Amino acid sequence: MALTKEEVQHIAQLARLDLTEAEVERYQSELSRILEYIGQLSEVNTDGVEPTAQVTGLTNHFREDVARTTDAETRQRLLDAAPERDGDYFKVKAVFE
Amino acid sequence: MADLTQLNIRETADGLANKAFTSVEVTKAYLDRIAAVDSNIHSYLTVSAESALAEAKQADERRSKGDDHALLGVPLAIKDNMTTVGIRTTAASKMLENYQPSYDATAIAKLKQAGAVILGKTNLDEWAHGASTENSAFGPTKNPWDTARVPGGSSGGSAAAVAADLCAGALGSDTGGSIRYPAAFCGIYGLKPSYGRVSRSGLLSMTSSTDVIGPMTKTAEDAAILLETIAGPDPLDKTAYPKEVKVGEYVDAVRERKNLSEMTFGVVKEWMETDGLTAGIRTSIEEGIARIKELGGKVVEVSLPHAKYGIPVYYVITPSEISSNLARYDGIRYGHRTTKANNLFEVYAKSRGEGFGPEAKRRIMIGTYALSYGYYDAFYLKAQKVRTLISRELEGVLRQVDAIIGPSSPHVAFKLGQNIDDPLKMYLEDVFMGTASLAGLPSLSFPIGFAEPEDGGSAMPVGMQIIGRRFDEGTILAVASAVESAHPMRSKKPTL
Repeated sequence: MALTKEEVQHIAQLARLDLTEAEVERYQSELSRILEYIGQLSEVNTDGVEPTAQVTGLTNHFREDVARTTDAETRQRLLDAAPERDGDYFKVKAVFE
Repeated sequence: MADLTQLNIRETADGLANKAFTSVEVTKAYLDRIAAVDSNIHSYLTVSAESALAEAKQADERRSKGDDHALLGVPLAIKDNMTTVGIRTTAASKMLENYQPSYDATAIAKLKQAGAVILGKTNLDEWAHGASTENSAFGPTKNPWDTARVPGGSSGGSAAAVAADLCAGALGSDTGGSIRYPAAFCGIYGLKPSYGRVSRSGLLSMTSSTDVIGPMTKTAEDAAILLETIAGPDPLDKTAYPKEVKVGEYVDAVRERKNLSEMTFGVVKEWMETDGLTAGIRTSIEEGIARIKELGGKVVEVSLPHAKYGIPVYYVITPSEISSNLARYDGIRYGHRTTKANNLFEVYAKSRGEGFGPEAKRRIMIGTYALSYGYYDAFYLKAQKVRTLISRELEGVLRQVDAIIGPSSPHVAFKLGQNIDDPLKMYLEDVFMGTASLAGLPSLSFPIGFAEPEDGGSAMPVGMQIIGRRFDEGTILAVASAVESAHPMRSKKPTL
């Protein structure tokens, strides 16, 4: 399953990954090989087989929908991890043009 | 004082209880040894000497007041993909090079409650993506048995640290072999518990439907001790099974089993016929089978016709879930943020382009493709259906036999740099690993012998794998322990 350069660029855009020209070329051949390999799954007969999404053995394992206040130290560490901050706000570039 | 770093977890706990030495003394012994030899193998990314000594002091104080626990004051190493407050948590990625977590992983919180000492964070393949620890953004770890060879991965740092006596025991994580594989390459015990046995809260997510935290240790009993401490339900992880661990559940199972006379073991026909299974591994595994028979176990041949699809299934599901789980690294709330962005899209794309290594990018892209419109049915949905077939087959066999035994890897540790240019070749290393992960079953790799590598050099460790029924960790640990008691392996250690 050979990917075109445009397909690789499209996937990179969807995944929000900025790739260099060299990277696009490299991943084009590597990904094509990998996709060809995993393509062998098409030879397995899965008629009437249910998909397995999870193996917890549980269904609808909910908790009570109540908010829990976190302690001040945890909250501070959370905020301190942000690369760009203004007080208690995380700074982002404009969402709209 | 005899070399305290040679002791395992149980021996360390006994020594502390008998007041033969203090936690501060044994912690210092490990820190000194790390300073002396870890530059040769690079198992640690961060050594937290100051906090370790403070924890050791606290453990000694707790003990003087009458407190006790199997891990009180015992020095451990933690794979660097689990959050530890006060110690940077990097996932071996430039994306999180200086990340300070805001909360402890639940497994870590449980260790701290028990009074364990955390020596530091160990190296891994970046984001746990890999089988050799060569994908670390901070340099590979070397196998202590031969530093020209890999320790396996992705928990290579933890495996090397245990093998080289740089900790009494360690935690790793296993998604598709990442505890068991390096355990085999480094000659130690590595347990992948059942899915949901240990909370995943604080484990940096990779493949949410297979990720598990587990012990990497010098003995089977040590693995039981660690598992008892970290296992159990957690309100922060609703995929953790709501079943408490009984006190002594695993340790008693290990200590009580004297022989294997009521047990039947299955050897997988397709695995023993694998192309690429070396003569050295085959001989060691046959030796392991013979020992199990000596101890009274019955061994039969079983078949898993769909197991060969384990790798392609795994390499669709894994990248798909990875692409979703790594989307959170966007340069906004934590982690690396680019300085070159002109707009919001570029903040995301350039931060991620700069922060992620090549394997992470490959997996994100495969996953994005497999989940995208028009391809979802052919890839992700198809893989999930084949996963059903694989799991059903495995569970069916485990109704006929008590456990499945076989190789952990097709060969002994390979040389550094050998597979790094071929991502697909690296994926094929998981040939015996993926099945238990996809079905969520417990699997242990334990040392069974040594074999000479096909490309020459000194003999390297061989691991045997044992897969059990869901939540039957006690049985598989007990089997390994019985084999270990009859044929002790720990007298041989790597020279550093």
